[in-house]
Amino acid sequence: MTLGADRSDVAARRTTPDQLTPTVELIEITKAFPGVIANDHISLVAMPGEVLCLLGENGAGKSTLMSIISGLYQPDSGRIKVGGNEVRIDSPRHGRELGVGMVYQHLSLIPTLTVLENLMMGANPGIVLDQSSARTRLAELASALGVVVDPGARAGSLALGQQQHIEIIKALWSGSRLLILDEPTSMLTPQGAMELQGVLRALTARSLAIIFITHKLHEAIAIGDRVAVLKLGRVVGTMGPDELAAATPQELQERIITMMFGEAHAPDAQVAELREPAVAGRAVAVATAEPLLELVDVSAVGADGQHGIQHVSLTVRGGEVVGVAGIDGNGQRAFAEVIAGQRRQSAGEIRLAGTSIDRTSVSARQRMGLRYVTDDRLGEGVVASWPVSVNLVLKRIGQVPYWNRGSVDRSAIDTTARELIEEFDIRTPSPQTRIGKLSGGNIQKAIIAREVAFEPRVVVFNKPTHGLDVRTTHAVRERISEMTRQGVAVVVISSDLDELIDVCDRVAVLDAGRLVGIVKNGPGAATRIGELIVGAAAPVPMPA
Amino acid sequence: MSDATSGLDSGIETAASIPSRWRGWVDALVRSVGPIVLALLTGGILLAIVGRDPIAFYDDVLKAGLFRASGLQDTITRTAPVLLVGAGLIVAFRAGLWNLGSDGQYLLAAAFVAGVAPGLLASVPVAIGWILLAFLGMTVGAAWTIVPAWLRGRYGVNEIITTLMMSFIGVGLAALLVKGPFDGPSTVPQTSVIDPGGMLLNLPDVRIHIGVFLALFVSAAVYWLFARTAFGTRMDVLGANPRAAVHAGIDVPRLILVTFMLSGALIGLAAAVDIVGVFSYMRADWNPAYGLKVVPLVFLARLNALAMIPFAVFFGVMSIGGAYATRRADLPGDFLLVLIGLVLLFMVLTQYLGDKRQRGESLLPRRSRMASVHA
Repeated sequence: MTLGADRSDVAARRTTPDQLTPTVELIEITKAFPGVIANDHISLVAMPGEVLCLLGENGAGKSTLMSIISGLYQPDSGRIKVGGNEVRIDSPRHGRELGVGMVYQHLSLIPTLTVLENLMMGANPGIVLDQSSARTRLAELASALGVVVDPGARAGSLALGQQQHIEIIKALWSGSRLLILDEPTSMLTPQGAMELQGVLRALTARSLAIIFITHKLHEAIAIGDRVAVLKLGRVVGTMGPDELAAATPQELQERIITMMFGEAHAPDAQVAELREPAVAGRAVAVATAEPLLELVDVSAVGADGQHGIQHVSLTVRGGEVVGVAGIDGNGQRAFAEVIAGQRRQSAGEIRLAGTSIDRTSVSARQRMGLRYVTDDRLGEGVVASWPVSVNLVLKRIGQVPYWNRGSVDRSAIDTTARELIEEFDIRTPSPQTRIGKLSGGNIQKAIIAREVAFEPRVVVFNKPTHGLDVRTTHAVRERISEMTRQGVAVVVISSDLDELIDVCDRVAVLDAGRLVGIVKNGPGAATRIGELIVGAAAPVPMPA
Repeated sequence: MSDATSGLDSGIETAASIPSRWRGWVDALVRSVGPIVLALLTGGILLAIVGRDPIAFYDDVLKAGLFRASGLQDTITRTAPVLLVGAGLIVAFRAGLWNLGSDGQYLLAAAFVAGVAPGLLASVPVAIGWILLAFLGMTVGAAWTIVPAWLRGRYGVNEIITTLMMSFIGVGLAALLVKGPFDGPSTVPQTSVIDPGGMLLNLPDVRIHIGVFLALFVSAAVYWLFARTAFGTRMDVLGANPRAAVHAGIDVPRLILVTFMLSGALIGLAAAVDIVGVFSYMRADWNPAYGLKVVPLVFLARLNALAMIPFAVFFGVMSIGGAYATRRADLPGDFLLVLIGLVLLFMVLTQYLGDKRQRGESLLPRRSRMASVHA
């Protein structure tokens, strides 16, 4: 059964759902890695025409499970049935042949090639690329998704949401019956996420089965026909279509949180998910505080084809949280790196507590209390093959007390590491564990610990909670508001609008490297920011 | 580079249980010694194919390189330049800088030292002369890395290409210097010979010069550099994750320059020790070409300067004993290069299989495992 080949199943489901064969059925799947059982007797079914939402914290075993379905890993025990027949999926290619399509969290299109070229590259086994049949296939799949695609457009010129549509088409290219999406909305704007929902509905209407991995409860509730919650490698709860239909979103949310964290944590997690803005009552103090970070007409060139920044001016006062919104790649990275000192500015001035730091090095800025929590955690934030302890002092190499007259003092490093691990609740077997072995949330906690410890004055967070589970997200946001109470100036760069509304006093919007507006947080702010992001706001007056 | 065990990494297994610690040691030993054993076995097969007796050949190698007193002395003396070149390569490689131009750096330093040494040692106290010549070799070696280092640090130009090109130029320039300004009285193009009284002191009753101790000291110093110092840690960060180095506020262009110059200096020191310790003059066409032979050893030692010592001894035995054995077996001296090439090949293979096992897969290809089950 390939996509678009058989619509009778939809009708069948409506009449006698119980007689349907599951598209993919996992029975008692177990997979252990040294020291950890990633999947512990997991049983799940993905039914044709349904979206199965897979929820779970970082390290719950979702990725391992999907790698097993797609053929990347072999389970230690357990069985997999595809279309009712038991199979052994021994390679990703075999997985594709069985009709398992996978869309990863990070988009993998080659930006300089056209849409059509990207698709043909991924799928064509032969040497000669067959353009005309590829065009036909693209048109077929685009109409199945209900989207319009220009085959000749360069992949890099498309918006992220559109690129994701291409990724989905790529996954479905040679006929899939199961589509797996790994945190597909993490890169998208709210509008993009809405569009994706429409696409998924169009696909399930054609009796495709979808597994949708997410951290976000409200998405799971809005999109899922079935919801399964994973925790520490086990399925701790499932909800079928009937149960989902019978309850209000509010009730479902509470029920899922209880599954994920147990009764005790439900109120905790709700704060992060239900988004009660924590900013009220802070504004008065802010108005009188000293400006700690000032950008005056700063410009810088971007890297890797991303936007730089042009003539950006912004002031952040002590105790204030200023957000920077915008679609990814609109100059956020250049903005953060210029402040951190990693990127040279081509014009303008940056001041820290009134002193120009234009000629100050990265490490000197760090010592002056200017900190940068990078969004590229594994790429530049840590040395993955090194211990947690050394990563915690990575920006203090050669400084006392960790290095005395150039010679390392391991016990001093260890002491500080243990303190930070305790204070920031970093879950690690020991300070000597390689940091790359920790889950994403714990790596982020370690990076934040490194930047926030030792008397910060200004902290720039770049996507502080991207890819983190509800609990860690909550902890990070708590940390931010705690810092503001101590008079630290905070900048939060994020493509997650809800997050900005949750933590910021003001939100600046970056579009193509320019600051197109600053919105004071309050009623209606989200709409106003959203309009500025997508360029739907009143046009900014053009300079003469 | 990624599995270079940094000094700071060394505490990493403390939390692990004793058996897994043992396994780590065994694993390291297998990965380091395994390729050599496999290369020697394959070399034996090759010898048998060309009609030589492998047992007799390796017997000759061991006799001439290890068990005969004069051979053993030569072997130990030969470790000095290998350790110093190795230390130079380790410094660069750990910082993720591929200094493949060691031959040019070595020869150019050798040419300057051999050109200046006879006159200098005749006019100043020898001890001061040795120190000055050591600095001369280090300076020349370091200077020859400046262009690649600057291009890499400032413009990101791939240093593999630039160091190789500079090496060709350096090798040619060294020959020109020996034929020109440094040409000695002899009719063949070669420098003047250092007076025997100017050569490095030997240990009592043997032909092992004090440069060997200098090389051992440098190896220990390089080990300490990475295990203990902030400078070594910075180089390790650069090698492990260059973007993290920028992020952590390390002045990367400057660190690249300093690292490259240190690497070149150690290689230049190897040249000085060789000329003043062993050869006493330099011929225009002389080139021991340590560089590419030492590279595999450096990786077998897992970029650890102390672990390099046994491999340097192995290299000494193979080159001293091998020279004798190939002559006896009527084989070209290049047979040693074949063995080194095989070591490199099996090293990559062992690494691949080891990585595979660490990912939790079997060492055997899946098909053959199935076959053995059915058999």
